Amino acid sequence: MAEVLDVLVRIASVMVAFLLLPLIVGQAEHKVMAHMQARLGPMYAGGFHGWAQLIADGVKFMQKEDIIPRAADRRVFALAPGVSLVPYLVVMAAIPIGPGLVAADLDVGLFFVLAVMGVGVLGSIMAGWSSGNKYSLLGGMRSAAQLMSYELPLVLAASSVAMAAGTLSLSGIVDAWQWWWLPWQAAGGVVFFIAGLAELRRPPFDMPIAESELIMGHMTEYTGMRFALFMLAEYVGIVVLSALTAVLFLGGWHGPLLPGPVWMLVKVALLSFVVIWLRVSYPRLREDQLQKLAWIGLVPVALGQLALTGLVKVLIV
Amino acid sequence: MGGYFGSYALVVVLFAIGAVVVAAALFANRMLRPSRPTPEKLTSYECGVDPVGEGWAQSQVRYYVFTYLYVVFAVDAVFLFPWATVYAAPGFGMTTLVEMFLFLGFIALGILYAWRKRVLAWT
Repeated sequence: MAEVLDVLVRIASVMVAFLLLPLIVGQAEHKVMAHMQARLGPMYAGGFHGWAQLIADGVKFMQKEDIIPRAADRRVFALAPGVSLVPYLVVMAAIPIGPGLVAADLDVGLFFVLAVMGVGVLGSIMAGWSSGNKYSLLGGMRSAAQLMSYELPLVLAASSVAMAAGTLSLSGIVDAWQWWWLPWQAAGGVVFFIAGLAELRRPPFDMPIAESELIMGHMTEYTGMRFALFMLAEYVGIVVLSALTAVLFLGGWHGPLLPGPVWMLVKVALLSFVVIWLRVSYPRLREDQLQKLAWIGLVPVALGQLALTGLVKVLIV
Repeated sequence: MGGYFGSYALVVVLFAIGAVVVAAALFANRMLRPSRPTPEKLTSYECGVDPVGEGWAQSQVRYYVFTYLYVVFAVDAVFLFPWATVYAAPGFGMTTLVEMFLFLGFIALGILYAWRKRVLAWT
């Protein structure tokens, strides 16, 4: 009985995080972007500063007609939003928020998380291909190219932390974390965060979506609930990326005074804020600049981080 | 729920729940939405103008080079993970360090080659 209850509590907490945090990040994005651009943002829904805007959006999406264009590859088209959303939910299960506070404590957590996050991008490639739309197809191909280029720096930066901690378990990594890892792994952390942003296709890496040239990229033909699922996937992605960066590079639940899970939430919130901040601050990178940044910028930095981690680990510690 | 596969059982359950959430959202959508398709509505939206020609148009895929690069390096990178866990185990120190620099050298050489062959620049 206690075992069943334990599993239920784990699943319930992951679901709460999955359904609640993206909404908070989304609302924060509305407001932060608005204030950074000297405007108000949504102000009416729900009364107080438009707090219910995303709920209103959800209700609206729920009632929208679902159109699958005649030219589309129906089954792939229908499946794509699910493929891009569900992996992030599964990843959330493996992220620890406190000592022992993790839904599924996997031995190869880091490996699992990186592998499953890659699956999420497949959703947008499927959507781009199946839409039967030239612009979407270009968007889908750009997604694929972006996944290819940024996966390598992401993996290299993550494995630098695995080397430092000597384990692939995410809880194990946070357990082994010391404060001086902050400067030691800083370069890797920056590479990981930037490459993660590119995998989420967030601005300034939103070349696959690029509304001024590709309309809405792979999402152009989507309406109603399926479109909403894509948007939800984007915000869950922000939460997952922030949480992973916090766990790997910022010491997860470590921190003075406050209890562990609170520190974790604070770090996730701060990193999500940075994600929004970058969106407002930087112009979109052109496709070739984007590829160049990955191969000539991030990969060499990640390799340098690996060398640094190796030297410090063997010669000093 | 113990043992090695115990923790993965929860992952599988969550995967199933995720599928149910997506299905439920789409089902609710189906219950609540109108459905009045017309030929115009079912035309591809594209850029707002009536589409010209096939949806799956031919185009020059410049990204294929990156796919090659990725295949070369990602396969190497996969071996990093098991290696990283035993990296600093007692008795390995210097050996693994030399191995690591060999590995870094290979990858750096590959990127340098691609760069010199100008596959990273488009114009």
